[in-house]
Amino acid sequence: MTNVLYDVPGPRARRLSLILSIVGGIIIAAGLVAIFLFLSQPRINAGGVAQPGVFDASRWDILGDKALYRTIWRGLSATLQMAGVAAVLAIALGFLLSMARTASTAAIRIPTIVLIEFLRGMPVLLMMFFVLLVFSTGQFWAGVGALAVYNGAVIGEALRSGIVSLPKGQRESGLAMGLTPLQTRFSIEYPQAFRQMLPIIIAQLVVLLKDTSLAYILGYQELLNVVLKQGPTTFGPTYLFTLFFVVWAVYLAVNMMLSWIARFVARRTASGRGGGKTRRIEKVIAQLGGAGMAGADEPSPDAAAVRGSSSDHDTGRQP
Amino acid sequence: MDAIVENLPAFIDAFLMTLRLLVVSGIGALIIGIVIAALRISPVPALRGFATVYTEILRNTPLTLVLFFCAYVLPQLGVRLDYIIAATIGLTLYTSPFVAEAVRSGVNGVSVGQAEAARAIGLGFGQTLGLVVLPQAIRMVIPPLINVLIALTKNTSVAAGFAVLELVAVSRQVIQFNGNATVVILVAVAVFYLIITVPLGQAANYLERKVLVRR
Repeated sequence: MTNVLYDVPGPRARRLSLILSIVGGIIIAAGLVAIFLFLSQPRINAGGVAQPGVFDASRWDILGDKALYRTIWRGLSATLQMAGVAAVLAIALGFLLSMARTASTAAIRIPTIVLIEFLRGMPVLLMMFFVLLVFSTGQFWAGVGALAVYNGAVIGEALRSGIVSLPKGQRESGLAMGLTPLQTRFSIEYPQAFRQMLPIIIAQLVVLLKDTSLAYILGYQELLNVVLKQGPTTFGPTYLFTLFFVVWAVYLAVNMMLSWIARFVARRTASGRGGGKTRRIEKVIAQLGGAGMAGADEPSPDAAAVRGSSSDHDTGRQP
Repeated sequence: MDAIVENLPAFIDAFLMTLRLLVVSGIGALIIGIVIAALRISPVPALRGFATVYTEILRNTPLTLVLFFCAYVLPQLGVRLDYIIAATIGLTLYTSPFVAEAVRSGVNGVSVGQAEAARAIGLGFGQTLGLVVLPQAIRMVIPPLINVLIALTKNTSVAAGFAVLELVAVSRQVIQFNGNATVVILVAVAVFYLIITVPLGQAANYLERKVLVRR
């Protein structure tokens, strides 16, 4: 797409691009150097004590300390525990909600629509407080409960739009073969919908993992709390910046790995099938893609066809 | 119910604080996001690379960590900020890559033929983008952008953990003195959020349908 916007550059345009590239590079590098210099200058803290710059070796020597890694592991395992339990529950709940959402009885379907819309519109933190204060479950289950319910609603919508985007013939031929509607759903529709939606579900799990950090506000002993909030007391306040970098790096590593898996799965499921199918997956990804899952109403063929034409869809992700 | 009526002024203040966070950081994120999106589709490799790294890094960082940096780590570095301003900056930074992605996918969503046709009649890069691609892209970008704003509305609640008195923080305070009305208070806060998010969602749906009809 991008390369259609301009000609194959000639010598002059190439020179211009090169110059701009160098100028842009220099501006970005200058910005980074300025930040570096700002960070590395020694400063005097509120108590009037001079402290070394951020990149001074004395601030980084805890990286050789085994106690730091034990602390990180304690925090990370608490985070992963919460994320793991919440993920399993969220996927299970997503299945149930998508079942109820596509039920043929209006008495089941309509309350479910209202419920899903309500759950998706609530801040996760508010839900965590709700579970914590109303059910007095303790911080772990408050976090797990809120994350499971919120992400379950999102995954449920994703699964539903996966089912809706299947060609009608799939369901019809299942019924024509004499399967009951429920059998058709479980043995024909869900397996296909789940495979199509797997990248989106994984992307939602990244969101879930990121959101476990909200449990820090409840006081749960997860990565951010253990390393960044309590770390400066254990290791000394001068290490705050170092600890921040460590926590950041751990989150980036875990999340990027999951995102990479999502992209890998998206490519795997998209390739090796007929063109029509690939396109449909792209459509669905485009539907849910970009910023909000909230736009996942009826897949609209027109908009989807237009959006589906771009080749480099990212997997959907919500802020 | 009494607990809400008695504390209504506090709730209204909190609601206004939530709105303020939403509006200020929403505008900030739109500006930064559009700049990043422009860098991301620009022909200059250095700028494109910078925008890609910026997007990838911020999207994979939890919002809580971003706000922690603005509220507690920056003061250590000698940048002293009001907690409200710190939260606004954090929310702006965190939301900007999502805006950028929405804008970029809108631009990419304009069918290639449009750009090809514009190129074929001899328009340059700026003209193709400004006269042909962007006017179409903006329409497609608005519904996803509204979804970003809805997510931002929900995300303002995280500021409660960083000494900003918005809806969730105030509800916690009120609950401390009215333990018997916990459910009612939390539901009331939920309603305050719905007051913002439901109209936004309706607007997104309406616009989406309107854009569809035109095509």
